Amino acid sequence: MGTNLKPKKSLLDGKQMERVIRRMANQLVERNRGSKELVLVGIRTRGVPLAELLAADLERLEGHSVPLGILDITLYRDDLSTIAPQPVVRETSFPDGSIDGRVLVLCDDVLYTGRTIRAALDALIDFGRPRAVQLAVLIDRGHRELPIQADVVGRTVATSGDEVIEVRFAATDGDDGVDLLERVEAS
Amino acid sequence: MTESTWTRKDLLGIAQLEPSEIELILDSAQTFLEVARRPIKKVPTLRGKTVVNLFFEPSTRTRSSFEIAEKRLSADSLNFSSSSSALVKGETLIDTALNLQAMAPDLVVIRHGHPGVPQMLAERIEAGVINAGDGAHEHPTQALLDALTIRQHKGRLAGLTVAIIGDIEHSRVVRSNIHLLTKMGATVRVAGPRTMMPAFVERLGVEVAYTLEEAIAGADVVMMLRIQLERQGKKLFPSVREYFQLFGLTRERLKAARRGAIVMHPGPMNRGVEIASDVADGSSSVILEQVANGVAVRMAVLYLLSGMHREAA
Repeated sequence: MGTNLKPKKSLLDGKQMERVIRRMANQLVERNRGSKELVLVGIRTRGVPLAELLAADLERLEGHSVPLGILDITLYRDDLSTIAPQPVVRETSFPDGSIDGRVLVLCDDVLYTGRTIRAALDALIDFGRPRAVQLAVLIDRGHRELPIQADVVGRTVATSGDEVIEVRFAATDGDDGVDLLERVEAS
Repeated sequence: MTESTWTRKDLLGIAQLEPSEIELILDSAQTFLEVARRPIKKVPTLRGKTVVNLFFEPSTRTRSSFEIAEKRLSADSLNFSSSSSALVKGETLIDTALNLQAMAPDLVVIRHGHPGVPQMLAERIEAGVINAGDGAHEHPTQALLDALTIRQHKGRLAGLTVAIIGDIEHSRVVRSNIHLLTKMGATVRVAGPRTMMPAFVERLGVEVAYTLEEAIAGADVVMMLRIQLERQGKKLFPSVREYFQLFGLTRERLKAARRGAIVMHPGPMNRGVEIASDVADGSSSVILEQVANGVAVRMAVLYLLSGMHREAA
């Protein structure tokens, strides 16, 4: 019973991933005419290392540091009443507290149904009134269930429902890379 | 970081919990503390869930703590208290439970003067049941908030010495605390008048002291219990003044504890009976932090249990 995940192909190796993230940082600077107003907000879990890498690239490009926040969306999920047991809640934190009037860039590894981003937007509104919220994702795999789109995308990948995107960061997983996996019935 | 998950329908006591479950609650509670610091102190997590607060014993602090926790999670709550409940009109507890079940709540928070009532209720209704104190049996959320407070100050529970002083016999707070602290690897030392010390108390895995000084010596945490003055009719000690002289915590006596020891009290405290005012308000006191942590612990418990009642249904 159950399903296993079988590697199908590598989408990005460590070097390619580094270049893609650098290009995303460039796009953020271009869109916002610099990075002075930006606050990067990583969505737990793998939005956090993405935000950190983007922040490091932005600092290299613009010569000043960009504040980082961490958002845990567990308490805002729309599927809490259908899943059991409850997922573990972890802390949310913003630099110097208030997000009022700031331009926030939500960062996540994979954009799929859009439900995580919907939850993240609800959570943000409870913390204050940002001037604007943008979305940066490493992989856009399609299959949206809500009218949500990213402003900055690392790589767009056509996928089917039984495929899984695995994003790894050195900070959380030991190495950098993105793989396409396939769900197969366990024998 | 905890990677375990919560799989119980009810929280009836600490005795049946695994250390990993205790840690899961404490870690979650630490996260929920942050919600209290937000401009909007409310998350939509339990929207559409109904929580019934069933208090058969007077309680202000525990009940309001649960109520605030429920509101901050967006649950709808309903209060029954002993004065308004049908129980005083002669309804049996089982009938009360069945009536409750018919209203289909998701969670029931119950306090009752008799030990075991929460368990009886839990076996009869589908909703998750949280024990908010049953007789002298258990008061699990109090022990959890105490543990969270200790952990915030000492960074851990294992290896600490915790002195608990007062009416050990009649206290559910003590029982839950002993279970929790010993499971987590702390040493518990209890002290109090012999008339308030249960027989065979050492079987619970605690050290027993008969003087305050002996109990406090080298302790990392000093937990004072409330003397229930309303029980004084039973004459468990000669006078309030004598109790304070023998077992009241004063600044002078506290010096015997380890440097940096913290002073706790589950409230409501009797100043000048079990604790001197300057200690209660002093720099070692973490009594008000306990109250703030209480809301966070109850949010964590409500959150974790709300995912499980469906399993039982």
